[in-house]
Amino acid sequence: MKEKILEIIGNYNKDKTRLLDMLHDIQNVIGYVDDESILILNQELKISISEIKEVISFYHFYSNEPMGKVNIYLNNSVTSEMHGRGAVLDAFEKECNVTEGSVSADGLFGLFPTSCIGMNDQEPAAIINGKIFTRLTPYRVHEIVKSLGNGIKIEDLIYEGDGGGRNSLPEIHSMVCNNIRRRGALLTHDYKFFDTTNNLLSEKSPQEVIQIVEDSNIRGRGGAGFPTGIKWKFGRKAEGEHKVIICNADEGEPGTFKDRVILTEFPEMVFEGMVIAAYSVGADIGLLYLRYEYKYLLNYLNGILDKMRDKHLLGNNIDGIEAFNFDIRIQLGAGAYICGEESALIESLEGKRGEPRDKPPFPVEKGYLNYPTIVNNVETLASIPKILTKGADWFVGLGDKASTGTKILSISGDCNYPGIYEVEWGTSIKDVLDMCGAFNIQAVQVGGPSGALIGSKDFGRNLSYTDLPTGGSIIIFGEQRNLLSDVVMNFMEFFIEESCGSCSTCRNMPAVLKKRFTKILDGKGVQSDIDDLINWSELLKVSRCGLGQTAANPITTSINNFRHLYDRLIQPGIEFDTGFCLEDSVKDSCSAVGRQPTLHHM
Amino acid sequence: MNNTIKFKIDAKEIVAEKGKTVLEAARDNGVYIPTLCNFPGVPPKGGCRMCTIKINNRFMTSCTTPAAAGMEIESNTSEISNLRKGIVELLFVSGNHFCPSCEKSGNCELQALAYKYQMMVPKYPYSFPQKDIDASSPKLIKDQNRCVLCQRCMKTIKTDKGERYFSFSKRGSELEVIMDPTLCESMTDEVAQLAMDNCPVGSILKKDIGFVEPIGTRKYDKEPIGTDIDG
Ligand SMILES: Cc1cc2nc3c(=O)[nH]c(=O)nc-3n(C[C@H](O)[C@H](O)[C@H](O)COP(=O)(O)O)c2cc1C
Repeated sequence: MKEKILEIIGNYNKDKTRLLDMLHDIQNVIGYVDDESILILNQELKISISEIKEVISFYHFYSNEPMGKVNIYLNNSVTSEMHGRGAVLDAFEKECNVTEGSVSADGLFGLFPTSCIGMNDQEPAAIINGKIFTRLTPYRVHEIVKSLGNGIKIEDLIYEGDGGGRNSLPEIHSMVCNNIRRRGALLTHDYKFFDTTNNLLSEKSPQEVIQIVEDSNIRGRGGAGFPTGIKWKFGRKAEGEHKVIICNADEGEPGTFKDRVILTEFPEMVFEGMVIAAYSVGADIGLLYLRYEYKYLLNYLNGILDKMRDKHLLGNNIDGIEAFNFDIRIQLGAGAYICGEESALIESLEGKRGEPRDKPPFPVEKGYLNYPTIVNNVETLASIPKILTKGADWFVGLGDKASTGTKILSISGDCNYPGIYEVEWGTSIKDVLDMCGAFNIQAVQVGGPSGALIGSKDFGRNLSYTDLPTGGSIIIFGEQRNLLSDVVMNFMEFFIEESCGSCSTCRNMPAVLKKRFTKILDGKGVQSDIDDLINWSELLKVSRCGLGQTAANPITTSINNFRHLYDRLIQPGIEFDTGFCLEDSVKDSCSAVGRQPTLHHM
Repeated sequence: MNNTIKFKIDAKEIVAEKGKTVLEAARDNGVYIPTLCNFPGVPPKGGCRMCTIKINNRFMTSCTTPAAAGMEIESNTSEISNLRKGIVELLFVSGNHFCPSCEKSGNCELQALAYKYQMMVPKYPYSFPQKDIDASSPKLIKDQNRCVLCQRCMKTIKTDKGERYFSFSKRGSELEVIMDPTLCESMTDEVAQLAMDNCPVGSILKKDIGFVEPIGTRKYDKEPIGTDIDG
């Protein structure tokens, strides 16, 4: 086995920045990263054992302990819960003889929860040995586990058939469905792939290209909304031995799955967007950071890159343009929402824990390996080729003034037709609900857990950078849902699970808030508890990155928009309650000694 | 030629060398901004957020922000003091900090900051987490109850080859700083002493020595934290 590990390390030229790849490969061979491999890594890479373990223990999909032969990662996003996760979990636990979060005694099955895997429109979904299984039911679980027990390979278990579109290509062979329900400027097939690179690029200077992008007024689609043209301009000006274009395909915000669909159906446009970006800023290194959950797309995407190399759309002197050298490598993530934050993503690309960097300096000055780096979202990059071919005016004609173009929404939850909807910016929430067949709606989560929970009084508001901004996640909750115990709680647990922990406020405050929130849910709350939640949330604003800064949003936006739900739970006329319950606190010891005490209440 | 810049902190004019951070410039000018994770000589990593200031209505950490001419910075306002006090309280309730029985009492920066911000009882509920004490190293005790995850040991205690004796483990609320089993096995007394000294709290203790300096005569028993800068 030592030879094999040495070979893996050698495949990456003993380059520490490729530690993530080495760990993936080791885990593929051994099933987990064992101490012997860690020792070999330690000797070969000259980093201490605990520094290697530091990386392993950061990412959800690595393990330093033996895993099952079959490992099931069951999505625990709120829509998964809404569509029957509980029963599916029970079925897995029973059929596999395992409790969630552990490996079965016979070592056959590992069963683990995992944060949103980007399948919110086909829940409950799970990743089983790297393959995605969607729309699970207890019956289906029974079939899958039985078949696995009979020695049937995981690949052959996708007998619903493939999910349509390119999901049925042999390179993907996946049951994931695209569910594209509404196509707009970006998703229509009216563009010949690589047209811009083949016909336009050699005629235009980098500055001219940047000008068109700036004139189109396109802003980042990853959530923060920074104007893309301006970012590229900074990138052009920045000086460095190398420059880097990164495509952010970490898509971790619960409820978003549009990047997955773009990468399945239009990867050519994403990669072409990267080539155009590289030409504009003068970059030579290209990286696409693909979240681990989308590993099933990896071979397929690499195949497209190979084809581009064959056509001289990547490599040296691209498209005959002298000294335009650029290539793209896909880096697989390992399970961490925070790695979607651009500086954490860069740390991860360098083979480290995904902890956000302090800004300034921004990536555009000092990014990947300290080279000037542009990070753009999948959708942003996919929009670029058409903008260049059809012109900035065409793009400005779509959407509204501050928010040009279209936005691809990922819609899930209580509606008849969950899926992908491309709408012009400026579309109202009411229209969105009408589009997807949503009736008797209590609330809509706009922008994922880090966004806002809004109620019917706000359904007239519009999606735009100036009103309701969104990276595209729209989760719909019907009248029957318990917004506080089911939705807000799920989101708070998400932030607690996904905080990197390196800054004090984000590491500690969400748990404090959750505790006080739970007190209210348990019927022990008083009026001042609501005020506490509002006031304490303020401290999160000094967190280092967007995760911490928005981690109280589920609580604060639900208090703002659904105050009556809180008020209803508060004990009327009582000003103080510690929340402490003597009976509950001594329950365990009572059952241990088998006696009931006489409790003296104050 | 002109190598200095001028800017303002709470209306006080600061004259600083170009290239300094706001924190360094403030200190050079006798303005105390509280810190916990910062350590001179190693790159800052805005982790504790204690040195938060406000520039153009945005929160920034002064340890990581380069000073620039003309900046107008808020630091000692009631808003920011409340936030800093909140951070201290949050650290207290998120660990198990029992000052009266701690070897570092009087030399502890967290305790000194709590006095500075006049913390009586934290406004947040205590979480009393279950934490371990690792005494596996022949030289050191690592008490996770008291660790504030400041990374000072991780950044300053390294071998000649640059390998770290201390590393993070896990993430989020489960985050811990752990000792490297191999390196901490063969650690020298000098390195162990340095690790203890560089720890702002009582999480890293050298074995076999207890209370050398009596409580009541230690650094922050004599004067409040920051006095050496603005006193
Ligand atoms: C916690 C957190 C998670 C993020 N996740 C993503 C993500 O999954 N995909 C993405 O494109 N941007 C994400 N972002 C935003 C990125 O930091 C960055 O703004 C974006 O990738 C820039 O590309 P754009 O300008 O094209 O939007 C995230 C930000 C934060 C704070």
